Amino acid sequence: MDATAPPLLPERFSRWFESRGWSPRAHQLELLETARTRHSVLLIAPTGAGKTLAGFLPSLVALSQRPRRKPGSAGARQGVHTLYISPLKALAVDIARNLEAPVAGIGLDIRIETRTGDTPAHKRQRQKQVPPDILLTTPEQIALLLSDAQGREILASVDTVILDELHALVTSKRGDLLALGLAALRRIAPSLRSIGLSATVAEPDDLRAWLVPQREGAPRALSDLVTVAGGAEPDITILDSDERLPWSGHSARHAVPDIYRIIARHRTSLVFVNTRSQAEMLFQALWHANEDNLPIALHHGSLDVGQRRKVEAAMASGALRAIVCTSSLDLGIDWGDVDLVINVGAPKGASRLAQRIGRANHRMDEPSRAILVPANRFEVLECKAALDASRAGKQDTPPLRKGALDVLAQHVLGCACAGPFDPLELFDEIRSAETYRDLSWERFEQVVDFVATGGYALRTYDRYARLKRQPDGRFRLSHPKVAQQYRLNVGTIVEAPMLKVRLVRSKSEGRRTPIGRGGRMLGEIEEWFVEQLALGDTFLFAGEILRFEGLRENEAYVSRARAEAPKIPSYQGGKFPLSTYLAAGVRAMLADPASWRELPDQVREWLEIQKLRSALPQPYGLLVETFPRADKHYLVCYPFEGRLAHQTLGMLLTRRLERIGAQPMGFVANDYALAVWGLADLDALIARGQLSLDQLFDEDMLGDDLDAWLAESSLMKRTFRTCAVIAGLIERRHPGQEKSGRQVTVSADLIYDVLRRHEPDHILLQATFADAATGLLDISRLGELLARIRGRIAHTPLARVSPLAVPVMLEIGKEPVFGEAQEALLAGAAGDLVKEAME
Amino acid sequence: MRPFLARNEARRFAPVCHDISIAGEIVGLHDSGAMWWPDEHTLVVADLHFEKGSSFARKGLMLPPYDTAATLEKLAEAIDAFQPTRVIALGDSFHDREGSDRLPVAYRAMLTTLQLGREWIWVTGNHDPIAPVGLCGETVDEVALGGLVFRHEPHGDSPLGEIAGHLHPAARIRRYGRSVRRPCFATDGTRLVLPAFGVFTGGLNVLDEAWGPYFPAREFSVFMLGEGRLYPFTATRLVAD
Repeated sequence: MDATAPPLLPERFSRWFESRGWSPRAHQLELLETARTRHSVLLIAPTGAGKTLAGFLPSLVALSQRPRRKPGSAGARQGVHTLYISPLKALAVDIARNLEAPVAGIGLDIRIETRTGDTPAHKRQRQKQVPPDILLTTPEQIALLLSDAQGREILASVDTVILDELHALVTSKRGDLLALGLAALRRIAPSLRSIGLSATVAEPDDLRAWLVPQREGAPRALSDLVTVAGGAEPDITILDSDERLPWSGHSARHAVPDIYRIIARHRTSLVFVNTRSQAEMLFQALWHANEDNLPIALHHGSLDVGQRRKVEAAMASGALRAIVCTSSLDLGIDWGDVDLVINVGAPKGASRLAQRIGRANHRMDEPSRAILVPANRFEVLECKAALDASRAGKQDTPPLRKGALDVLAQHVLGCACAGPFDPLELFDEIRSAETYRDLSWERFEQVVDFVATGGYALRTYDRYARLKRQPDGRFRLSHPKVAQQYRLNVGTIVEAPMLKVRLVRSKSEGRRTPIGRGGRMLGEIEEWFVEQLALGDTFLFAGEILRFEGLRENEAYVSRARAEAPKIPSYQGGKFPLSTYLAAGVRAMLADPASWRELPDQVREWLEIQKLRSALPQPYGLLVETFPRADKHYLVCYPFEGRLAHQTLGMLLTRRLERIGAQPMGFVANDYALAVWGLADLDALIARGQLSLDQLFDEDMLGDDLDAWLAESSLMKRTFRTCAVIAGLIERRHPGQEKSGRQVTVSADLIYDVLRRHEPDHILLQATFADAATGLLDISRLGELLARIRGRIAHTPLARVSPLAVPVMLEIGKEPVFGEAQEALLAGAAGDLVKEAME
Repeated sequence: MRPFLARNEARRFAPVCHDISIAGEIVGLHDSGAMWWPDEHTLVVADLHFEKGSSFARKGLMLPPYDTAATLEKLAEAIDAFQPTRVIALGDSFHDREGSDRLPVAYRAMLTTLQLGREWIWVTGNHDPIAPVGLCGETVDEVALGGLVFRHEPHGDSPLGEIAGHLHPAARIRRYGRSVRRPCFATDGTRLVLPAFGVFTGGLNVLDEAWGPYFPAREFSVFMLGEGRLYPFTATRLVAD
């Protein structure tokens, strides 16, 4: 292969490739080519394609060719040549390690360092004095460097920015922060070009536009694109269990023996689940089945960091046979020898599933193997839709988000921290970022005003302004302490308040003895979850059944429990709602009995009886069933738009039903359906003309009804708190501050109430609404649904519950019930319901 | 901003109070968080924290500047409803020492209007240990009336019934797997601690250790603020944060 070695690659590089028995791949050479043209480029490649090396190769070559610098000379204070930015701290560290081999093997004199939240202060300071050639870091660190004149200095020399896992970065506010940082970098280092590394996405052009500066009035600018075809087709199957398929629930307990047998037959399996509590449950169940004592581990984001690192190290060294994990392992880190991915529960999205499956087998030419394990009947349909999508090569990554205003406020303050800024220049810079190109001057002025004085119509804070306008029109910080506040507050990740979980001796063993201090730390758990626990309650955490012993400051004390059945963390649903694409797939499948042939017998039978008893949901309409049960009346509908949109719909429907006197008592939602119940007979109301389903589901519910609900919605308040912290209106809670007591801090809820009443158009409320529309309330998707079903509501009055309604009806009692009457928990065992529907 | 004094037409309902006895005196607890003492025609409010927003703004956190107006509005409603001849503000009426000095002219005028024709007592608090600047009313560290003594911070044994603020009591109850946290009145029959009246004031759970010296061993009751009513609970029914 030496004869064909391309001139793009210097000799010592090709020698290195040869020595490893490799030859440079086509896309690696293509990326080298773009270094000559100086074009920015997006590389889309499946895992295992040598994506990271391809990204770094141009920089390594360029650095190998620069003139040798003398130690101690002025040249030693060159700035950073290449920035590598990843969404995960761990990934930056991992990549640094992986780069050592080629750098040493080729014999390059290149300094590579990481800079993350864990980097000690003295090292960060030294990096500013003596910057490395390649700096591996995170979006937050870029923001911090940019907020400081010295930091900007070492970034002025940046030649290349490599953005890893770009598809994952751009979907969140961290992506917004990074987009703004990249725009600022481009102004400091005008010759900079960017290289995006991404998994396969639905709209590559979105990412290509994201990578390059946009110009006012000009057509959308795009980077170059290099695509690597997706190796061998993955080998995906759906587990066909002989066990009875559950009607609802997400634990997949029925399939545990099957999963265990599969694990035993493979070298190393990654077992993905959707939530922490599912991970805990499945891990526990697998250990019960673990007769051969196979090394099976647990990994999720709430576990103690030390524990997680141990599991990761064991995984990397091949000591584990299986690891049960959540999305904490979705991204990039190389695990070596995984030969099977088991996805338990709903895949939620086709691209999401493809990325998980990509974690199996990092050699491109062999097919990845994956088994999907549906946990209930609806999930069988969802798995089937995901499988079809995978075979057809379809992607359903979300569309590019619009840049958030709270993040913009944080960025504007950061810019001021680095030195006075000219508003017009900054405006142009910001609009060069694809996600902020539609930002209007008025909105930008509002944001600057918010940063300066809070942006209130009542201008009482001018004398306390954080930004002052200079005579030359530029804005500067009013006081250096503002920069300190900024640095403490930087970043877009606002965690739900967490409590540390500490293991202690049980109090029940000696009633009077106080709880011992200083036990082992197991990890962290959300405050809301602990709030639900009573002393003595048991729950699963860190793979053990624990007993809640009490609270001390910000720690939850727990002891080992011998309970057989723990009170399990309530299922909060996947963080990710069912993708629109898969939802359409499921609807199409339901409406087409011919496609049922490929479904398991139990599922087919279930749908056949539904067809007989009620009706099938149609792709573009909405099936609404009404039926009495016990002394209540139920309305069940099947929008398939994900749990969040259904919850919002449930809130609004109950408000409307309340108004027309239907006495609604509560509702419950899952990813597929929504059930509302109340005291009044809905069929009778319809017959008397007092209720029209078309009006009930009319789009106008997104007007006043939504507005009235938002005023009191706790989801909205939670969203507001996040925005307020990011925008710098209230301070983050830092560890160690917990003791200062709640009465001293200002609650975001109170601010929300006051702001809504006195300044409903405030920029932060705009930001909150924009978040809620796509986030916890999923209003945008609800809007699409209401538009789609207008005039297409198929009402089917029934005498009793239908087969399709059983899963959501079974959620009643397990899921928190919404609505005024919380006591309306449905009596009647699950068995009765099923019998009633199927006989 | 909404008009502030155009409130008279809203005065349709007689205020509903939950009557309790503190050291033998009958006092009414109102869902606004105020206490009404009918025998003395006295309205008592605690922890108004006027100008908390601007206090934070001075430190670079630009909280909405509407807190003083909103608290004043709430206070005006209570005064309008009860028509007291005497008002006692139980300390921490201003969020900091300079708070009364910073009070914008418009709010100063509103407050003065509220004070017209009635006795007004500013009890000092830890946030505002000095008399407010340029406002009517008498400033005292504590005041005894009838069988009751009024002070900001509750303390030790007192032969009289004690009415205090300072602690911003809040309580949490749990039901059906969900929990509700609200500001509340807390009392053991001889001492009553009022919830904070100011709109930007958070609460401290009554089961927090800080409450130990005042109400030991859960032998007290709370009255949680609701919409148009109060929800009484004994402390044994409550849960910690």
